[in-house]
Amino acid sequence: MEIAIGIILGCCALGAGTAMIAGIGPGIGEGNAVAAACQAIGRQPESKGSVTTTMLMGCAIAETTGLYALVIAILLIFVAPNLLVNILLAAV
Amino acid sequence: MNKKPTLSFKVVDGLLIALAILPILALIVLKILFTPASQGIEISGALIYFTIPMPLQDMPITESQVNSLAVIITVTSLCLYITHGIRAKVETKRQILAEWIVEKVEGMVRGNMGEFFKGFGPFIASILAISAFSSLLTLFGLYAPTSDINIVAGWAILVFALITYYKAICGPVQYVKSFGDPVPLLAPLNIISEIATPVSMAFRHYGNVLSGSVISVLVVTALQGLSNMLFGWLPGFLGDISFLGIGIPAVLSIYFDVFSGCLQAYIFAMLTMLYVAGAFPEEKYALKKQLRAEKKLQTKNN
Repeated sequence: MEIAIGIILGCCALGAGTAMIAGIGPGIGEGNAVAAACQAIGRQPESKGSVTTTMLMGCAIAETTGLYALVIAILLIFVAPNLLVNILLAAV
Repeated sequence: MNKKPTLSFKVVDGLLIALAILPILALIVLKILFTPASQGIEISGALIYFTIPMPLQDMPITESQVNSLAVIITVTSLCLYITHGIRAKVETKRQILAEWIVEKVEGMVRGNMGEFFKGFGPFIASILAISAFSSLLTLFGLYAPTSDINIVAGWAILVFALITYYKAICGPVQYVKSFGDPVPLLAPLNIISEIATPVSMAFRHYGNVLSGSVISVLVVTALQGLSNMLFGWLPGFLGDISFLGIGIPAVLSIYFDVFSGCLQAYIFAMLTMLYVAGAFPEEKYALKKQLRAEKKLQTKNN
């Protein structure tokens, strides 16, 4: 029994860690967005305000995929272990 | 001419300020009363204050619902306070502030949504204010309602209803047609992206605020452990104080609570504006209006 519960907890933690590999994508994407915004401001310093606003919007949208992974990781850490252990206990 | 404020004016002012501050104090008292005594710091969801029995399922009244209601009361009374005693000519400081807010929001709505949506100012301003104040509640040590997905999903569903309304403004036939926009083959993808809009809006706001609070708690716990290890040899109660936990988490809080909270409020409002304005079929609506006007003219002539 303890082994089964241990496997459930360990797999949940592993799954949460693996899900956050998705954090690479938004990192690269936001880096590209900020680099392009810096170049644009360097070329046209007078358009700083609107470039910054657009960049923040773009970063927020690029972040979405990472946040999906984060939500899954949070579910795996805080919600899934209780749920799965309860199912196991009910089955036994 | 600058008149001295009368006594009743001052009394109403005081009442409004009290109405803005009292909900926050009440929340702190509630939190202290209901937080279970536990060892150490732990990450948990919203506390459940009480449950209302309902026919299908019991309805829990959680911390996030109570907190967001309190935020609504606070924001409303702050708005009443800064618009109290507003006049056409005499400019007090708060009147300048109120006019500045209204002008900024109207300018933002006009710039992003166009002339047709100029009545959207109050809606956008209230989304901004409630979202920002909800996130800033963490500065008082309270649970931010925006880190509960139920609250944010409610706002996202509201925005989704608005998007659907403006998409279907030319009639249901045009609404169904809009899904097969470039080619009818892409209709399933269009439906998925339509559903993904509110989901991604809710997850974005909630994920950002929640991840901030989770990281803050993790850092505080780690610093506590580290300082126990380093300064644990000090005699008496000095050994229990987490010296490293003084000041360092506050820097994180400036980013995660203040900057990120305000930025997420701004992004939510901005995305609301962009999505609603993007769903509105401007050319078709103008065509429909023109056709209707011509028809009216015809019937009048007949």
